[in-house]
Amino acid sequence: MTATSGEKLFCRERRPVELVVRNGHVLDPRTELDGPHDLLIRDGHIAELGSPGSLPAPEDGELFDATGMHVFPGFVDPHVHLRTPGQEYKEDLGSGTAAAAAGGFCAVIAMPNTDPVVDDPAVLGSLVGRARREAGVPVGFLASITRSLGGDELTEMAALADAGALGFTDDGKPVVSAGILRRALQYQALSGGVIALHEEDPALSRAGVMHEGPISARLGLAGIPSLSESTMIARDAALALYEDARVHFQHLSARESVQALAQAKQGGARVTGEVTPHHLTLTDDLVRTLDSRFKVNPPLRAEPDRRALIDGLRSGVIDCIATDHAPHARHEKEVPFEQAAMGTIGLETAFAALYTELVAPGELELALVVERMSGGAALYGLPTPRIAPDEIANLVVIDLDRAFEAGAQGYASKSENCAFGGRRLHGRVLLTLAAGGVAFRERMLVEAASAR
Amino acid sequence: MRHLISIEDLSRADIERILDTAESFAEVSGREIKKVPALRGRTVVNLFYEASTRTSSSFELAAKRLSADVVSIRSVGSSIDKGESLKDTVQTLSAYDPAAIVIRSPHAGAAKLVAAWTPAAVINAGDGKHEHPTQALLDAFTLRRRLGKLDDANIWIVGDVLHSRVARSNILAFQRMGATVTVCGPPTLIPRGIEALGCAATSSLDGLQEADVVYVLRMQHERMQDAYVPSLREYAERYQINSARLNPEQLLMHPGPVNRGVELSAEAIDSPQALIGDQVKAGVAVRMAVLYELLVGSPPLAAVAA
Repeated sequence: MTATSGEKLFCRERRPVELVVRNGHVLDPRTELDGPHDLLIRDGHIAELGSPGSLPAPEDGELFDATGMHVFPGFVDPHVHLRTPGQEYKEDLGSGTAAAAAGGFCAVIAMPNTDPVVDDPAVLGSLVGRARREAGVPVGFLASITRSLGGDELTEMAALADAGALGFTDDGKPVVSAGILRRALQYQALSGGVIALHEEDPALSRAGVMHEGPISARLGLAGIPSLSESTMIARDAALALYEDARVHFQHLSARESVQALAQAKQGGARVTGEVTPHHLTLTDDLVRTLDSRFKVNPPLRAEPDRRALIDGLRSGVIDCIATDHAPHARHEKEVPFEQAAMGTIGLETAFAALYTELVAPGELELALVVERMSGGAALYGLPTPRIAPDEIANLVVIDLDRAFEAGAQGYASKSENCAFGGRRLHGRVLLTLAAGGVAFRERMLVEAASAR
Repeated sequence: MRHLISIEDLSRADIERILDTAESFAEVSGREIKKVPALRGRTVVNLFYEASTRTSSSFELAAKRLSADVVSIRSVGSSIDKGESLKDTVQTLSAYDPAAIVIRSPHAGAAKLVAAWTPAAVINAGDGKHEHPTQALLDAFTLRRRLGKLDDANIWIVGDVLHSRVARSNILAFQRMGATVTVCGPPTLIPRGIEALGCAATSSLDGLQEADVVYVLRMQHERMQDAYVPSLREYAERYQINSARLNPEQLLMHPGPVNRGVELSAEAIDSPQALIGDQVKAGVAVRMAVLYELLVGSPPLAAVAA
């Protein structure tokens, strides 16, 4: 089964929703909505925006009272690991998209570092077929840049693009050879698709397991210097400029990386960047606990790095938020820090973590976070969710005041390696509409609905 | 005190108390029958995931001299060798209801994890490059015996600080006991940011003459392969502690095993100012004191040791 021409997101079919969302505070920075409205959704599309309390429930439809709640355009995550094919014990398309929906995401982009690697149109074709049967929110796929992520042989990028790949990445690994990357950037003119890069110079990161600094010195853990990331960004931005290629830098972690990206943009390179909620809110100070939930790649860095990432997101040097949702089974994390797998899950806590740690204390505007939470769509050539008449319903209803303990009721993800687990967060997702259907409804609401 | 995981968890008073207890046990070690009944009927498990001579043998002797039953497990030839996870091994051993588990692991944080998985008291016998708290206690014991106190002592730790758990625990312990610590070694082997522990850091031996104590670290051969130092010859040329660099009033220490002719010259090792033998001897008494502290508690042990 292959994608029909131009189709880039795949999902199982859903019944189009008939719904009025009443009296929610609608905030969509792109359509400049910022106030209470009723929303009529008919046949999965936003049919009408009305003054609060003005729209009656549709026939055969539902009335959702969003008084005191916020309504945002659905979030789009350009960086998740759904572990399919081959590592379904960590996550699969069903559980991963359930986690996405529970976090307010109406679309996600899955990384190709699976087993086998998505480096072949047949592997991608079978994934597309599975997504059409199993994915609860639309999923886009990246294919790898090099075969088996080996770093030395290009994939059939044009054929992969035809089979539905949104772009290319060797995520989890850098493309070490500048020569191979240059060929891929040249070939992009033929294949199209963004080339997304996990930046890390292995000669500098070596066997490192955390940020290099006073805390790695204290713990006796091998450090990964910030330069291992920023020098590669500088190198690859120069290649992108030279080849006039479109490059996206994944999960920035270091102050020097933000500087390198800013310089590259000023110089005219067609480059963009993303940052994760955990790098925006947590630092290497947490690694003192040697709790493997804080082992991520790139590593949590120091407070000045975190500040630079926040500033970069605010100024627009960093274009969007991505979770790098990286599920791992318990036995892969319940080991000494140095042996533990790298990564944290993030879909279900992304908005609440950012709201609690950055918006509520006044570090970032709510509208900016909402905008950046779906900023990844346009970067990959996908339509950006908007709250406006005639748009397909991609939106999320969130109660900003409602607090919860992350993970206390388990996760929709198959894995529980969450760096925010146990934290008290504000900003509970109550309802997610994706591609015109109900993708998620908060459990208490489900119980209330079935009791009726 | 329930576990001994890190020197960070010990106050100066804790350290002084353990060293005082160790003094009593040192006396026991001088007797013909070197045994006290403090841990009779209780079990101590030694779980060693790394090769070790002095730490494992001294823990074993310490537990036996306290009359405990001792089980020693090494990774080679055990279920660990068959791929059993640390958690499963610890939970299996916990089924024997040990009073204490002594763990040596090549990975930082292993002892802390073990403490979460077992009701036994856990003693960190070295976790990766992180800590080796009983080594620091026996070094403090050795120095306190020789100097009376560590207050205002000027201690230099020389060598491969980057890869040394001994250095990390000793920096903390010596400072907590009132000493000033300087670490010294080639720039490639001094971890960036180590000053955050409160010590000074330098790559020059200038100033070594001011030290009261020179604590030399083991220089491992494999460091050359990773280009930390170009050659052991050049390392020895620049950093070897020998009679030319040492003045006769200074005390010399080393956690062992020594690479003769690399980090220390033979005549320095064999000189009367070297405390290396005293350190080894202190190992048993101090580890007895740690087991006693965790398993029996703080009542005066005169009664037990008498």
